[in-house]
Amino acid sequence: MPNTLNIVLIPLLPFIGFLMLGMFGKKYFQSLGGFIGTGLLLASTILSFHTAYEYFFVYGKVDGVYQQFIALQYVWLEFSPGMQIDMGILVDPVSVMMLVVVTFISLMVHIYSLGYMKGDDRFPIYYSFLGLFTFSMLGLVLASNIFQIYIFWELVGVSSFLLIGYYYDKPSAVAACKKAFIVTRFADLGFLIGILILSYCAGTFDFATLIERLTSTSSNEFKTAITFSFLGVSALTWGAILVFIGGAGKSAMFPLHIWLPDAMEGPTPVSALIHAATMVVAGVYLVARLFPVFAITTPGVLEIIGWVGIVSAVIAAIIACTQTDIKRVLAYSTMSQIGFMMFALGVSSYGGENGLGYTASLFHLFTHAIFKALLFLGAGAVIHYVHSNEMNDMGGLRKHLPITHFTFLIACLAIAGVPPFAGFFSKEEILLAAFEHNQVIYYAALFTSGLTAFYMFRLYFNVFWNKPYNDHGVHHHGEGGWVMMLPLVLLAIGAATAGFIPFGKFVSSDGKLLELPFHLSFSIAPVAFGLIGIGVAFLFYKTNNNKADKLSISLNGFYTAVHNKLYIDELYFFITKKILFNLIGRPAAWVDKTIVDGMINQIGLITQNVSEGIKKIQSGKLQQYAIYFFTSILLMSVYFIYLWK
Amino acid sequence: MMEVGLYHVLFVSIALFFIGVFGFFTRRNLVTMLMSIELILNSVNLNFIAFNKYVWPGKMEGMFFTIFIIAIAAAEAAVAIAIIINLYRSHSSINVETAEDLKY
Repeated sequence: MPNTLNIVLIPLLPFIGFLMLGMFGKKYFQSLGGFIGTGLLLASTILSFHTAYEYFFVYGKVDGVYQQFIALQYVWLEFSPGMQIDMGILVDPVSVMMLVVVTFISLMVHIYSLGYMKGDDRFPIYYSFLGLFTFSMLGLVLASNIFQIYIFWELVGVSSFLLIGYYYDKPSAVAACKKAFIVTRFADLGFLIGILILSYCAGTFDFATLIERLTSTSSNEFKTAITFSFLGVSALTWGAILVFIGGAGKSAMFPLHIWLPDAMEGPTPVSALIHAATMVVAGVYLVARLFPVFAITTPGVLEIIGWVGIVSAVIAAIIACTQTDIKRVLAYSTMSQIGFMMFALGVSSYGGENGLGYTASLFHLFTHAIFKALLFLGAGAVIHYVHSNEMNDMGGLRKHLPITHFTFLIACLAIAGVPPFAGFFSKEEILLAAFEHNQVIYYAALFTSGLTAFYMFRLYFNVFWNKPYNDHGVHHHGEGGWVMMLPLVLLAIGAATAGFIPFGKFVSSDGKLLELPFHLSFSIAPVAFGLIGIGVAFLFYKTNNNKADKLSISLNGFYTAVHNKLYIDELYFFITKKILFNLIGRPAAWVDKTIVDGMINQIGLITQNVSEGIKKIQSGKLQQYAIYFFTSILLMSVYFIYLWK
Repeated sequence: MMEVGLYHVLFVSIALFFIGVFGFFTRRNLVTMLMSIELILNSVNLNFIAFNKYVWPGKMEGMFFTIFIIAIAAAEAAVAIAIIINLYRSHSSINVETAEDLKY
């Protein structure tokens, strides 16, 4: 059985850090804050590695199947007997895997920030926000019921908001954090309705019970859920779609992705932690958590998920090729990779060999977290050195930043899917799952993985090769000390070797052991595409030439459209400002101002006029009062004596 | 020689009462108004005495009430005069119309 105290401490330690640094940081821990946060997180990381070891190798497996354990459960809110919201901790392969990923990446980011954020005025506040985020993300992955996941879901949204807007004196950062919050909140509305539908149908919030009730075709709950329908679609399908919308918002799936590139306004380590490795994959985690429910819905919500995933992956990859801000390139690449995870879930089905996509998706989540965090931290080191996000200001940095260069190269190879780096293995499984299920998605994904290699190496060559570095005579510090290099090296080791982990032995859709298939002949196409992408990037960007410019000019209209992110932001502005404001906002404002406010104003006016009249009675003339008094007494006496019956 | 009966006394009492009311309504001098109130009180006193004497001759309640009212009237006069003096100090007048601004 899981050790409850250990597991409870994992999310609690960052929370303690958050409280301590948030309340007393500014006063007492101005310089020590970072070390306190990092120390607490180190403890939490060790505990989660211990938990993972114990779970996977000691008690987790019973008869060859990984079991779900409830490590802690108490009633938090009871509506009526049987209808209650619990707070609990769920231990199963997915949550344990996520524990390891979240704490490890968070620890790397904590250590890295010691160097990156050094000298910042609000250093302890920064660490308290990181603690809050880590706490909420860990709470999210450990949640044992769908309502608890929603609470932590909103908490990660808040911490993401706080950290994107960390440089709050920059107007663009303020705009970006608002945008991120509003877009994800909008998606979360769908999630909330989805939760209400699913839990209403199932009569419970608890994951295990909910999945059990909604997936056994003979249960009453399942019958209710498929009988109720709206617009010809059953309640079960609606619930699943709405929950997916929440996931898509958080995971920046097309068309709710617009917040992610702007979220790069936050400090770079934050982008590595939240907007690359952990929070944005929450949507994938959510779908994986409720996977049996998604798998049973007809018509298949999984089909929708698959198409949304592949469309996001392709669009993001195309846009990434044209961006010049290195963090934005990485943001679009993140979106593209999450698209891969999503469509991998979409092409999967529940149980046994058919669950290949499920395992592949979570495998990719795992490896992506490592190499994408590495890419962001590397980009952070570059930005730290150059003091600019623009690719044009860089070039020829390989001599100046040798360690960053080497680790960045490993990460690029990993994301491009070159064997034997981590990305190769996970992407391979995803492509295999797609190939077996849906050929259209497979070819689109193949094309995208070629593009991935191209834009990553475009970035790589532009930053580290191309023209010699011109430092404009500014005085330069070195690469940023061991605190910044250590996470890079550790993550690079991870990115190089994580692919060899037999992931199918740990995580599969039904907990049984899944031997990940590996066909050498199948890998030829993806690797070839990757190498072609790298080759094209090499030709275009290795040296300073105008081949790329010529190509972009020949693609004129298309290039401009892509460079402007396909005008999706503008489309949103058009829809919100022109259509929603004019058709709904303005009439609603009119109703509010003239009818609702008007009614209240009218009541006020009437009261005022009446009291104006009544006021005259109260003249202050003593004798007038006496006359009122006597007259009323007289009238009352007349009434009581003669008229009272 | 006609015996003085209950009705005679009541007539005097009513006359006193209305004289008092009239005075209270028409005079502007606060002291005069106070005197009018005394008249009203005294008409009530007369009523009590008359009913006690003619209707329940063996009882004393009417007398007691009358004495009680006289005592209260004395106290009331003291309070009223104190108010009037204060009014005079602040407004230099004991005209009731100058006290109108007290409503604010």
